[in-house]
Amino acid sequence: MAPVMDGDLIRQDAATLSAALASGEVTSQEITQACLDRISQVDDEVHAFLYVDTDAAMATARDIDSRRAAGQELGPLAGIPLALKDVLTMRGVPTTCGSRILEGWRPPYDSTIVEKLRAADVVVLGKTNMDEFAMGSSTEHSGYGPTRNPWDLERIPGGSGGGSAAALAAFEAPLAIGTDTGGSIRQPASVTGTVGVKPTYGAVSRYGLVALASSLDQAGPCARTVMDAAMLHEVMAGYDPRDSTSINAPVPDVVAAARNADVRGMRIGLVRELGGEGYQAGVREQFDNAVRVLTDLGAEVVEVSCPHFDYALGAYYLILPSEASSNLARFDGMRYGLRAGDDGSASVEEVMARTREEGFGAEVKRRIMLGTYALSSGYYDAYYGQAQKVRTLISRDFAEAFDQVDVLISPTTPTTAFKIGEKVDDPLAMYLNDIATIPVNLAGNCAMSVPIGLASEDGLPVGLQIMAPAQGDDRLYRVGAALEQALLDKRGHALIEEVPSL
Amino acid sequence: MSASAIQRMNYDDALAAFDPVLGLETHVELGTASKMFCGCATEFGGDPNTQVCPVCLGLPGSMPVVNGAAVESTIRMGLALNCSIASWCRFARKNYFYPDMPKDYQVSQYDEPLCTDGFLDVVVDTEDGPREFRVEIERVHMEEDTGKLTHAGGDTGRIHGADYSLVDYNRAGIPLIEIVTKPIVGAGALAPIVARAYVTELRDLMRALGVSDVRMDQGSLRCDVNVSLAPAGEPWGTRSETKNVNSLRSVERAVRFEIERQAAVLTGGGRVIQETRHFHEDTGETTPGRSKEHAEDYRYFPEPDLVPVAPSAEWIEELRGTLPEVPSARRARLQAEWGISDLEMQTLVNAEALELVEQTIAHGVDQAAARKWWTGEFTRIANEQGVALADLGVTPAHIGRVEALIADGSLTDKLARQVFEGVIAGEGDVDDVVAARGLVVVGDDSTLLAAIETALAEQPDVAEKIRGGKVQAAGAIVGAVMKATKGQADAAKVRSLLLEHLGVDG
Repeated sequence: MAPVMDGDLIRQDAATLSAALASGEVTSQEITQACLDRISQVDDEVHAFLYVDTDAAMATARDIDSRRAAGQELGPLAGIPLALKDVLTMRGVPTTCGSRILEGWRPPYDSTIVEKLRAADVVVLGKTNMDEFAMGSSTEHSGYGPTRNPWDLERIPGGSGGGSAAALAAFEAPLAIGTDTGGSIRQPASVTGTVGVKPTYGAVSRYGLVALASSLDQAGPCARTVMDAAMLHEVMAGYDPRDSTSINAPVPDVVAAARNADVRGMRIGLVRELGGEGYQAGVREQFDNAVRVLTDLGAEVVEVSCPHFDYALGAYYLILPSEASSNLARFDGMRYGLRAGDDGSASVEEVMARTREEGFGAEVKRRIMLGTYALSSGYYDAYYGQAQKVRTLISRDFAEAFDQVDVLISPTTPTTAFKIGEKVDDPLAMYLNDIATIPVNLAGNCAMSVPIGLASEDGLPVGLQIMAPAQGDDRLYRVGAALEQALLDKRGHALIEEVPSL
Repeated sequence: MSASAIQRMNYDDALAAFDPVLGLETHVELGTASKMFCGCATEFGGDPNTQVCPVCLGLPGSMPVVNGAAVESTIRMGLALNCSIASWCRFARKNYFYPDMPKDYQVSQYDEPLCTDGFLDVVVDTEDGPREFRVEIERVHMEEDTGKLTHAGGDTGRIHGADYSLVDYNRAGIPLIEIVTKPIVGAGALAPIVARAYVTELRDLMRALGVSDVRMDQGSLRCDVNVSLAPAGEPWGTRSETKNVNSLRSVERAVRFEIERQAAVLTGGGRVIQETRHFHEDTGETTPGRSKEHAEDYRYFPEPDLVPVAPSAEWIEELRGTLPEVPSARRARLQAEWGISDLEMQTLVNAEALELVEQTIAHGVDQAAARKWWTGEFTRIANEQGVALADLGVTPAHIGRVEALIADGSLTDKLARQVFEGVIAGEGDVDDVVAARGLVVVGDDSTLLAAIETALAEQPDVAEKIRGGKVQAAGAIVGAVMKATKGQADAAKVRSLLLEHLGVDG
């Protein structure tokens, strides 16, 4: 039998590794060791990981290998390594959310996602870096130092899930998990040339996901190929009685959709409000190319308007800080994590205040203040109340658009990866990175970012965003896989192969 | 603080000058097996922090799920209070920092309570007989309880001045319902007893519904008492909010005290400060807590981790079908069945003996005897011992057994009291006490006659009087015989034996 794999273990995608594991060509221990070795080699530079659980990963791999050897039937992702964003709890494993305030906290329980990963025999390598409490678009707001973009170490890998995306692009792991509140999966995917999916709100349980903004947060798969993302999506998604916002319905067959990869006869809407002015020329150029590819594949591409998307950013920056100001109240030094200023004379209020002063970074404080203000008596209606109305209007825009088309598309981000330090002191410029990704979070439907090429002016990856209606996650994979295959055929190799060697 | 520093006005004078307005907020812990948003046990008295999990500890990442049984109990309570039940409502977060709250917000309901606009009729005693009073209900909503703080060191038992504080999160997340009245106006001098009657009625209603064990001593029913005074015929004044008043009697006392205190403040030219006050069981006074002049901003917003509660009309009607007889209807029925007067009924209610009497009758005891035991002897002992009637240690079954022994002549009324004395002292069941104390009627004629002869021999002058026809003198001899038999004889029988022995007609 011909070998399944060709080349480096670490550069294989999960589907290929899965086949190689099943055929006995490779063991999980070999793959896991290769990833761990790669992490030791490059992560000093990339800093994708906050914590690497070498012993536990190898023990899991060993166990899976012996069960496979004993003839046990294993799932498709059994034995495949994965990088987990540090915002998901895993029993006994440090969970910091990128914040100093949680330094040293080891949760006593598994998130539902981790339970599902364990059940699927996925090997968790460790926890990845992120903007503090997922607030940011560059991973520069991590309390533990920034992650660097493997395409250019001087640039940001996106955020908040820059660690997960960078781990994929640096070939430290074939799979990763991110969370997306306003683009934290899709924007890092876009700027690192990887695939990232924000599933329909409620598709993946939030139990054990440390909340930023409960009504917007959604965990999803990150991978180097659309099929890999689909395989991970299948493992992560499903109803969970511990999350009352979880959807009690069958998960759309995303793996079959990725395999189908056929857009013939599909109607694809180009969102007029997400593009044009403010978007980098190289991004627009790549996007226009991709639209032509989709048309060539037999899709009908039409322009649609979603007029209220113009107000999405404003509404988002009221709803998110409001919810976050409440969600982050519990970090008060009383029960876990950092406790500052407890010198025996300070009152409980003083210790709470000093802990939060010392433990939270500037961006977290900024958003807590914004949210506290927006929820204040006398301002609630004008801010939080109005923002909720905008949210309803955005959902209506989507509903009307999906009456006309099967999916919507846009560039994922207005620009390619910017330089570290470039926007860190300009919150508004930073927030604008998520202008195209935020509407989906507000409406609760689903979206994917898929790499489409390199911008001509800087040679950095550009992503295309596909948006589908709630519970229509399979459409993302159908379109994403078709586009991916067509671009692969044109280029002769996957875009990710062009990442400079580290 | 010296309690006497607080000026008070004579109650009648206060009522002559001002109209009291009341508002009552009552928190009741529901008797569900598990907590409001997780599966932890709700049992009272567990070792600290043993009935906790990631959810009720508010650990990062944990999420609440609504306890359906708590929603059901709240709807049943709302229906029993004649409220409208919302077809769709949400939980809200009440945000404030305090270490007894693991998340530093409480999941409660704000502008979308589950039950609204009801009423509860209560009956109070007046000089002109019982009077019915309608208390309007503003809302009934669900929320989660906080943990329990114990402050060590310091002399106030409060957080300020404490050396350290301990937190027990067993109570955190226990389902609470809060029942808020509309302003109660027009009660006048009856305000304190209306307040008490309302809380009593509420308690009985919840017991009848089986939604809570309603133990005020364990804190499962806590009352906040709002009182303001308006000069007769004028708009309402500023209110004080006396927190955590934890017995029926205290509710009455707290209202009365606040009326007297506020009247003194207002008449003295001062103004009532809007503030939280604490009630002191020992002195019956309230003292200031934190001032609410600058109202805390709780930044309520809809709880995004929970989906709305949307009970179907069918479910609500189904629950309406499960409502038990409400206490007022039950009282009316029992009063008719037993054929007792309004006053006798009120006596039972005031003694909190209604249910005990009903159960005692179920043990075959005559209603008059059952009422006599509970409202007489037992109420007296319970008051002496400072315990609730139901906790005295005597059960309806005990009374059933004693009454059976009286009926067959084995016990006299007097002996029966001694039996209960033994039961209350923990000497065992009725038959144990009878056996251990040797409490049986001395019914043997020869024994009694021997005692009669001894008594006659000791009091020859009395014997002469009786023989001479002064039958009323027999009492002295009967008394002596009763004393000789340690009270274990039937006095009527002794008397007839004596007269027969002396050949005198009774």
